[in-house]
Amino acid sequence: MSDNTNTQKEPLLSAKNRKLLSNPLGQDNPITVQVLGICSVLAITVQLRTSLVMAISVVAVMGLANLIISLLRHGIPPRIRIIVQLTVIAALVILVDQVLKAFVYDVSRQLSVFVGLIITNCIIMGRLEAYALNNKPWPSFLDGIGNAAGYGWVLLTVGFFRELLGSGTLMGYQVIPNFAYQMGYENNGFMILPPMALITVGVIIWVHRHRNRDLVDVS
Amino acid sequence: MTNRYIFIYASSMVVIVALVLATAATLLRPLQERNMRIEKMQNILSAINIPAPRAEAETLFERYITTTKIVNHLGEELEGDAFEVELQDEVRKDLADRQLPVFIADVEGETMYIVPVRGGGLWGPIWGYIGLKSDLATVVGANFDHASETPGLGAEIADRPFQAQFPGKRIFDEDGNFRPIRVVKGRAPEGDLHAVDGISGGTITSNGVTDMLRNGLEVYKSYFEKIKTS
Repeated sequence: MSDNTNTQKEPLLSAKNRKLLSNPLGQDNPITVQVLGICSVLAITVQLRTSLVMAISVVAVMGLANLIISLLRHGIPPRIRIIVQLTVIAALVILVDQVLKAFVYDVSRQLSVFVGLIITNCIIMGRLEAYALNNKPWPSFLDGIGNAAGYGWVLLTVGFFRELLGSGTLMGYQVIPNFAYQMGYENNGFMILPPMALITVGVIIWVHRHRNRDLVDVS
Repeated sequence: MTNRYIFIYASSMVVIVALVLATAATLLRPLQERNMRIEKMQNILSAINIPAPRAEAETLFERYITTTKIVNHLGEELEGDAFEVELQDEVRKDLADRQLPVFIADVEGETMYIVPVRGGGLWGPIWGYIGLKSDLATVVGANFDHASETPGLGAEIADRPFQAQFPGKRIFDEDGNFRPIRVVKGRAPEGDLHAVDGISGGTITSNGVTDMLRNGLEVYKSYFEKIKTS
């Protein structure tokens, strides 16, 4: 565990810290580049609303987990560090689940087991292990938020297209006007099924690679 | 780091986490319980085809559900609040000790009866509410839910298309014999008032619904007969 020994005061959002936030949104995106956390993307992106609540939950869990682990990093016995990480994540996830049940009950019903399964989202533990254990609290917090946001925007994009094309609504409000239906437009029921989430993610990855040529594996 | 340190570290971490979670659970409990009550009201109302948005569920429940009763399997009325009866606990008891809730609704002058049912699907419990017309034979509507059936297969029992098959079906035949609704594999025979289409790929859940409807409604038989004759 070698810390960055640079004691100079660094501005809160220095160029380096901004990179922590922005890298996982594009270059280092957990879903489109590292292909982690795919199963929750398939399961909960039928509607924009569930995607949004899930994205916010993951941002909260990941930011706080990174922050807490980073604060504890000198005290955590290396031999049980994975257990400590899991305990912190599990506690935060249970808290999020309880809060959702109390304030947005129907969304929590739709997310059902997937809130609990945030625990198994490999992105979170990956960041704790790879970053928070060796870095100061503030950069760790930003790293957590950045990675969760990178996961979140993909979730929201998939949710947006699936709800729009599958149900003709956004956040539960009808957006495809009635006359379109009268003219013969139909919602694509296929979009509601999980395979279409996979295909949508595939399209996002395609567009993403197209714009970031250095990510393309030519081997 | 010594083993001693690791033990102390792990134990104190567990205690702290437990304290935080226990506090949160206690503080949020009242809100969560209210949400569950509202959901129960929504489910009961949906069994008589009254859509109840969250915000209005309590008002609508007050308006339509006029009487609630607890009966036993002999049809005798018992003391208590039917809304608070947890069928989950009741189905484990001996038949003679079981408390069976009945919700009686008045919808524009027409009396309707709603009874809860509970059974087992493939992975876990399934449950629901059945709304009956005043003849106590014709189904007004049905509402089902499940704990952990397979999404896309068995879980479809909680969806509209499956439940929409129930209105108009009957649980007693012409002669007044108890004949519950079966969920049949594939398509139900045309015009059969005692069967609905099963769910493809969800046969065990479908059979679970059949069993649940038979067992769950049978216990009310005496009570229904009592009302019909009175």
